[in-house]
Amino acid sequence: MKNELNAQAVSAMMQAVSLHVIANTDALTDADLAIGDGDHGIGMRRGFEAVLQQLSDWEPESPEAVMKQSGMAIMSKTGGAAGAVFGTVFRSGSKALAGVATIDAASLGDFLSDGCAAAAKRGGAAPGQKTMLDALAPAAEAARKHAPDGLYAALDAAHASAVNGLEKTRAMVATTGKARSLGERSIGHIDPGALSICLIIEAMRDFAKTT
Amino acid sequence: MAAKKILNDPRNVVSEMIEGLVLANDGRVRKLDGVDAIVRTDLPAGKVALLIGGGSGHEPVFHGFVGANMADGAACGQVFAAPSPEIVYEAAKAVHRGNGIVFLYGNYAGDNMNFDIASEMLEDDGIDVRTIRVRDDVAAAPPERMDDRRGVAGDLYMIKIVGGAATELTDIDEVERVARKAEAAIRSIGVAVSPGSIPETGKLTFELGEDEIEVGMGAHGEAGVSRQKLAPADDVADQLADALLRDLPFHGGDEVALLINNLGATTMMEMLIVNRRIRQILADRNISVHRSDVGTYLTVQEMAGFSITLMKLDAELKHFLDLPCDSFGFKQP
Repeated sequence: MKNELNAQAVSAMMQAVSLHVIANTDALTDADLAIGDGDHGIGMRRGFEAVLQQLSDWEPESPEAVMKQSGMAIMSKTGGAAGAVFGTVFRSGSKALAGVATIDAASLGDFLSDGCAAAAKRGGAAPGQKTMLDALAPAAEAARKHAPDGLYAALDAAHASAVNGLEKTRAMVATTGKARSLGERSIGHIDPGALSICLIIEAMRDFAKTT
Repeated sequence: MAAKKILNDPRNVVSEMIEGLVLANDGRVRKLDGVDAIVRTDLPAGKVALLIGGGSGHEPVFHGFVGANMADGAACGQVFAAPSPEIVYEAAKAVHRGNGIVFLYGNYAGDNMNFDIASEMLEDDGIDVRTIRVRDDVAAAPPERMDDRRGVAGDLYMIKIVGGAATELTDIDEVERVARKAEAAIRSIGVAVSPGSIPETGKLTFELGEDEIEVGMGAHGEAGVSRQKLAPADDVADQLADALLRDLPFHGGDEVALLINNLGATTMMEMLIVNRRIRQILADRNISVHRSDVGTYLTVQEMAGFSITLMKLDAELKHFLDLPCDSFGFKQP
């Protein structure tokens, strides 16, 4: 376990994240079919395939560049609301990493937190509306709180909070996005975007554990 | 079970569809290199540009409505997914003729965000962008929450009117004024009989019982106002007409355009039977029909069902609606 990731390690982590999201395409499709139009899985796959393509054979100069380019790739290839929101998390979140040579637990918490705030602003949404924010906001908060415990511990806590947030979306009524027209009928289903957040942070945590 | 469709690799549906669409336009539109967007080949200098767009899979909306007196270009997303800011930005740059750009698209979270990001990028380049979101689906939300309403088949009349205005008017403020007036005068509602599927997943986007229909269902299978038993055409038409007429509301003496849209797999026979009833209802209420369009304009893949759109007209809207136009999906001599 390392407590600091340089640009190359962050790139390797984002490639692991991409592979994990792509491997879960069907789970994301099924989650979206229950509550939306069923395109979340293939959209996220398109976006993270673009991240893989961007990061392979590229020598990044900084962790900020890795996250920014990942965000650009997601935003240009995913499409839909997911492309705008997930692209914004990485692109805007990357600004929190300006000037740092390595990511540690504290800067990772800042990245998640700033990315979350930017995504909320872009989507005009807040936690509690059954969106990806319901997993990302608690994850960012947990990462910051557990920053003194080291990178793996912070990501492990972030993941646990994201999963807890994901489960809470089950009881929520969707009040934004395509699912809002379901109203009460959206109760009982998890939010597919929140599931994507869990997968992303899960892969980050597993990377931190084995590095 | 995967839906039955004649496709090549389902991941390539959008690019292959665009290639076929460009060819079907016989030289009047071209595809941008490396970007899923099409633009007219004969754009006059100094024209106010009209860029439309949205997710694919709803053909001929949106990209089928690029042409003379219609849109100047279209940004195409993947199936049911908004185009990325990059696609919108490149398409906007390609249609811009130095006199500003009007964005016209359906009011969906994904489209709003992606077009907004592109709009911010264009503003950084010093280009004037005006945004018109079509919000004609009365089933999506009550009138006091217009911003929660989605854009459906009313897209056609909006593109027709704004396309005409962007051709004849040289001031983008004026084009925007006409667009906002048109947008405020249009209402739609649909009914779904059976679902459509996304090519890449092969899965139906919703489930509906053998003897069920859903009134007010959205263009991606978003829940409507009520799920009910299959009923005679006249009863369904009465229900839809009632929801439409009381929403604007439309009054006796009004003059309207009437559009009956096939969501994909409904027979023309059913649509004409519905048209017959809608015309009886409008005649009973002393609402005159200036023009009617019955056909396939906004589809949801193989979804069966139809939607009804009414637009209240004045002399100016009639003028732009009646202009000749030439696009793959809609032509008017």
